[in-house]
Amino acid sequence: MDLPIYLDYQATTPVDPRVLEAMLPYFSERFGNAASRSHAFGWTGEEAVDRARKQIASLIGASPKEIVFTSGSTEAINLAIKGVAEMYASKGKHIVTSQAEHKAVLDTCKHLEKQGFEVTYLAPSPTGRVSVESVAAALREDTCLVALIWANNEIGTLNPIREIGELCHERGVLLFTDATQAAGKVEVDVARDGVDLLCLSAHKLYGPKGIGCLYVRRRNPRVRLVAQMDGGGHERGMRSGTLNVPGIVGLGEACALSQRELEADRVHTGALRDRFEGRIFAALDHVHLNGDPEHRLPNCSNLSFNFVEGESLIMGVNDVAVSSGSACTSASLEPSHVLRACGVGDDLAHSSIRFGFGRFTTEEEVDHAADEVIAAVKRLRELSPLYEMVQEGIDPGAIDWSGNH
Amino acid sequence: MAYSDKVLDHYNNPRNVGSLDKGKETVGTGVVGAPECGDVMKLQIEVDGDRIVDAKFKTFGCGSAIASSSLATEWIKGKTVDEALSINNTEIVEELSLPPVKIHCSVLAEDAIKSAINDYKAKQQVDSPEEAST
Ligand SMILES: Cc1ncc(COP(=O)(O)O)c(C=O)c1O
Repeated sequence: MDLPIYLDYQATTPVDPRVLEAMLPYFSERFGNAASRSHAFGWTGEEAVDRARKQIASLIGASPKEIVFTSGSTEAINLAIKGVAEMYASKGKHIVTSQAEHKAVLDTCKHLEKQGFEVTYLAPSPTGRVSVESVAAALREDTCLVALIWANNEIGTLNPIREIGELCHERGVLLFTDATQAAGKVEVDVARDGVDLLCLSAHKLYGPKGIGCLYVRRRNPRVRLVAQMDGGGHERGMRSGTLNVPGIVGLGEACALSQRELEADRVHTGALRDRFEGRIFAALDHVHLNGDPEHRLPNCSNLSFNFVEGESLIMGVNDVAVSSGSACTSASLEPSHVLRACGVGDDLAHSSIRFGFGRFTTEEEVDHAADEVIAAVKRLRELSPLYEMVQEGIDPGAIDWSGNH
Repeated sequence: MAYSDKVLDHYNNPRNVGSLDKGKETVGTGVVGAPECGDVMKLQIEVDGDRIVDAKFKTFGCGSAIASSSLATEWIKGKTVDEALSINNTEIVEELSLPPVKIHCSVLAEDAIKSAINDYKAKQQVDSPEEAST
């Protein structure tokens, strides 16, 4: 077993060796520009791109012509939301999204608010789900787009996208979904699920960083976008810029593998996640599961260890690479906006850790990680004045702390 | 984030962890911070004459908060109450090489020392009303 153990698969994943192998020739002998129409170097590149388009389309139930390559999900999100908003502004300037979205969606919406758009940020349920009813209630005559995450990157909660897709189609409103964490982990079918725009990113599904795509529906209805990047008119004018052929090959291969191995990956990571949680809950009291116990990604577990601060816990588990639900490690000391949106108290939000499991995680790693977490939590609780209060029968939640700082 | 060696040392081997009997007349207890903010420090002192003869802490907080309070107990043990009161958070920042985002941890440790001393002093006044009234 190599240390440290990587349990941060929602942040990024290693490139699968099979993906890397498929990519390598496109850095060297097959280096052509896919837009070069006049020679074989270009044709080879174009063929590779066409194959990748098919592989990606197949994973999500789209047609290859509906795939627009981008540098990743952040760019695809910007293109989808700004592109639709600008194209359909005459229809209406209202957007529906949720408080539990990725920052790329939230900040894009904030940007549009400054341009005169109105945005409704729906509150998710305590487990992080946005209900169809709340979307229905938020739709207006002038709503031009609903933008909702499929699988939340912090807590793994799955939104009822198919029901929301049905609703949006009935009401004639476009639906964009951020499927960065969902694609390749759970079944995604844009036709069946009524999705009009969808983004995904290679580095979350065992492909390389810096490549992703936006699915843009071409029929029933045909979605049009205002391009956010001006230039040579690549990708049917929606995203100019020379195609990143090796990256695209990697994304295509990653999608093909994920499609083929989706069930195996789901069973593998789900079993490891359950094993991990089983060990933790058997050994420790006062541990809370954040997110939805039923509707969630198979490979994500977000836990709050009450009375232990998250950053100190991460420091105590040297052998395990995880990330904290509280954003304390970054410059801001604010706890996660997702946990806040779910109504998780700031005290528990500060105690949360996200564990992510993947294709290459082993049982041995999970056991070692769980044991290390358990030992660190026990040690830090010995240091915790809050845990001491609980032992003495005092509820820290009932104390008025406001005078203390 | 990279922690300084001294923060790591205090985090891995915290000094003076524990609790003193807070009902005791010679013990002062300070609790500062709030769980919602991600830091709570409890710092206690035991005073003999005007000298701090023992100090203990428990902290809920990040590594820098744990290190700041551990260092605080180490520094005040053996000092007079007045010497302990003069400890400034900037000395803690310097000793532990805390980055700017962690300065609040040192502020909290300074507050905890002052709060424990205030509690001790308040107890002395209540316990000796005739002295207090003079
Ligand atoms: C849900 C979600 N959306 C968007 C992104 C951004 O993706 P990218 O890194 O490809 O820009 C991420 C990853 O950080 C994510 O998890």
